[in-house]
Amino acid sequence: MSSIAVEARPPVWRRLVGFNLLTGILLGIVGWYAGWYLAHAIHAASLDYFADIDFNELSIVLAYIFGVIGFLVGLGFLNYPFARLRGYPPTLREKETGGIGRYFGLCTDHKVVGIQYLIGIGLFLFVGGLNAMLIRVELLRPNHQVWPAGTYLTLVGIHGTMMMGIMTSGILGPFGNYLIPLLIGARRMAFPRIEALTFWMLMAGGVILETTIFFGGFPTGWTGYAPLNIQANAGMDCYIIFFALVGISMCLLGLNMIATIVTMRAPGLTWTRLPIFVWGVLSTSALMVLSAPVLIATLLMALLDRTAQTNFFIPSQGGSAFLYENLFWFFGHPEVYILALPGFGIVLELLPVFARKPLWGYRLAVAGMMGVSLLSFFVWQHHLFVSGINADVRPFYILSTELISIPTGFTFLCGMMTLWRGRIRYTVPMLFALSWFFNFLIGGLTGVFLSDAPSDVTTHGSFFSMAHFHYTIMGGLVFAFFGGIYYWVPKMTGFQLNERLGKMHFWSMFILFNLTFFPLFIAGLLGQPRRVVTYPQSLQFLNDWVSVCAFLLGTSMLLFLYNFVKSLVFDRIPAPANPWGSKSIEWQLPSPVPVHNFDRIPVFSGDPYGYGERSAPVAVPAGAPAGRD
Amino acid sequence: MSAPPHTPQPGSGWTVHAKRVLVAWIVLSAVATPLVWFLLGPALPPGKGSVQAAGQVFDNTVLVAFVTPIISLLVVFFVYVLTQFRADPSAELVDGPPMRNDSTVQTTWVAVTSVAVLFLAGFGTYELLKDGAGGGQGPAPIAKVSGRNLQVQVIAQQWEFTYRYPSYGGLETSQLVLPADTTVELHVTSLDATHSFWALQLGVKADANPGEDNIAYVQTKGARSFDIHCAELCGLWHGYMYDTGHVVPASQFTAWIKQQQQVFASVAKYMPRYSTIYYPDPQRRGG
Repeated sequence: MSSIAVEARPPVWRRLVGFNLLTGILLGIVGWYAGWYLAHAIHAASLDYFADIDFNELSIVLAYIFGVIGFLVGLGFLNYPFARLRGYPPTLREKETGGIGRYFGLCTDHKVVGIQYLIGIGLFLFVGGLNAMLIRVELLRPNHQVWPAGTYLTLVGIHGTMMMGIMTSGILGPFGNYLIPLLIGARRMAFPRIEALTFWMLMAGGVILETTIFFGGFPTGWTGYAPLNIQANAGMDCYIIFFALVGISMCLLGLNMIATIVTMRAPGLTWTRLPIFVWGVLSTSALMVLSAPVLIATLLMALLDRTAQTNFFIPSQGGSAFLYENLFWFFGHPEVYILALPGFGIVLELLPVFARKPLWGYRLAVAGMMGVSLLSFFVWQHHLFVSGINADVRPFYILSTELISIPTGFTFLCGMMTLWRGRIRYTVPMLFALSWFFNFLIGGLTGVFLSDAPSDVTTHGSFFSMAHFHYTIMGGLVFAFFGGIYYWVPKMTGFQLNERLGKMHFWSMFILFNLTFFPLFIAGLLGQPRRVVTYPQSLQFLNDWVSVCAFLLGTSMLLFLYNFVKSLVFDRIPAPANPWGSKSIEWQLPSPVPVHNFDRIPVFSGDPYGYGERSAPVAVPAGAPAGRD
Repeated sequence: MSAPPHTPQPGSGWTVHAKRVLVAWIVLSAVATPLVWFLLGPALPPGKGSVQAAGQVFDNTVLVAFVTPIISLLVVFFVYVLTQFRADPSAELVDGPPMRNDSTVQTTWVAVTSVAVLFLAGFGTYELLKDGAGGGQGPAPIAKVSGRNLQVQVIAQQWEFTYRYPSYGGLETSQLVLPADTTVELHVTSLDATHSFWALQLGVKADANPGEDNIAYVQTKGARSFDIHCAELCGLWHGYMYDTGHVVPASQFTAWIKQQQQVFASVAKYMPRYSTIYYPDPQRRGG
């Protein structure tokens, strides 16, 4: 097919010299020490009432900033800008051919970046999950400290921050990057280098968050409330740098997605013919672009409070802790929809394929996702119902929060009516998509209790709210994420995943997920606050039950890992081009997709949901090679 | 690949399916909702330890009863659809009927969910403004509760609560004792990080913010004890920031106050004068 010249490969040592991951890590370390010594030269002693006076906060901040810059330079992100400055002509693509090495460096092929994201995010998902296991170890006994209290809070903080940070790109990273160009009939993303940049920034961030354990951890959980975050020791800076990197990565990822979807659709692909997953990505991207800058600014202010003696959030010096809460949740609530919305997209994308019916109520589904996206900017103070801030406007936030049920209901209606009288096949991806409805139903309806201010007085800050967002985020996002993996990985790799092991993974995960998180609603209602290292004796049975189920849930993830490695590394059974009988365009291409996607840009004549209709194939990838069967 | 399109035959029974789901839903809701209201409702937290707590129990009961028909609909729908409309896994792929839209269904759904949501918002607002629902309302509460009034200041710091009784000479103790059948005006503040004062069985939750006065009202009922927790992560020993408070008869309360005043007489003169807020700055404390 595509004409790629096979070059003679240079020896290994020669390939290690140059701009690659190894150089990136080395330059990252060099940059880290450079920043450290530079800050000590400046020596901004922290004289604030709260902060450590024996530690130069600036040193660790500059160390990480310089470290990240060094890492990105080492990976080669400055090569192209400098080449352009030196007068070389613009090129669109680089390092897209070659072997497995492409996956370990800067690569502008959206398919490589998608797989990089899948592995990278999967890695941090497992790290975050492991932290959750360690949290549950502590909670096995009500009043016995397995971990010191500070370590426990750090575990809670890393778990929450890792999941809320890394998983913002959980679906847009792997599936968005891999599929958006395919679904809209393009050969690349609008900004391929920025696409690679978002991935490597996120990975650098994930490592930085983990290094917080060398600097005493951080006590604030993922919300990082001021003034506790000003009082915290140096591990807090790792949190700030991590979340700022996530914010930058998220913002760029969203911009890239919007630019790609708006400008690069193939001929005939009108807005009403876009696959619904593309709409899910678009609505999420809008949230990312609009909310992430607020996060970055907030964290910068907190950083200045910690290092440069500003007082944005220190009440005793004229700042306001409420300011932090407002700014954080103005980002924080859109953030949870950044996590949930792509799941809506994946579920609605999968249902028509496995019910063999067109997506019912396309426009309503689009309106649902865009409606959630819009409304999510007007609800943030429901996190602050009892905080004492702007108490008079609580009725408005009750209303706006409950209004979100309406567009969310659109998604439910479209999904349910798509299944109605369908020919439902219970494949592994379909099981994950169906379980989404159950999980999100519980998550959504328990959200009604939190959005209603009188009821929120009971449930706020307890395990109830914690169970609620695990139902929406783990039940909504992570289940959709796995659905996406089982559905699209055969396309991405060209190899089948084992169906039997997949079903075992699904059932164990679904049942254990509910056995783990449902009792937490009860623990919350019985008065267990979030993030506590100890709890009343009477709640021990509930907590032990949850811990044991959580460990088994962790084990069921290992089942997935086993399946993934066994199927893709050892068994390597080639997947047919279109194993699911989908009418969507990515399944009309060979598996795995060739480097240039389409030999000729396809022309679209309809949406990809023409099941049961006498319509021509949705898109004619003219001249594209036939699928490998 | 795909089989010939399915042609919907008249009377092939989608109305039959719809009727079955509808009937099953109505039956299940009619059975489940009263069960939830009468059996689960009284057991819901936070109990009836105060007027506000009882209000929350009522609110929670209404919400649980409200979501029961929704859960019933989804359960009935999915059980029916997933059992009735499953494809034969061994057969070749057959397409379902190409239904793309139905404006009646859409309009009904949007109308019903909108009305439901507006009801919920209206109900929640009414319940909130009636008596403040025990939540922190900031320095200028809109849902004020009149009656026999006692002011108590809750001062949170890492990692304990102390309580001041301004109407008893600014007495400050580490125990929270409240008289029965009294409207208590709690002024919650913090000396350092953000905490949250949560009196579980009284149905009170109010964040303690440094330099802010967060007022919550609670109307106590009979004598009882209640659990106090910090409900906002406040640092290292957040988990151990709990306590037990007591509601006691008025006479017993007066006796307790007298006893406390004697105990703390020697230190009371060094205490800062009463203020609704405190700053963590030593030079401004009590200012």
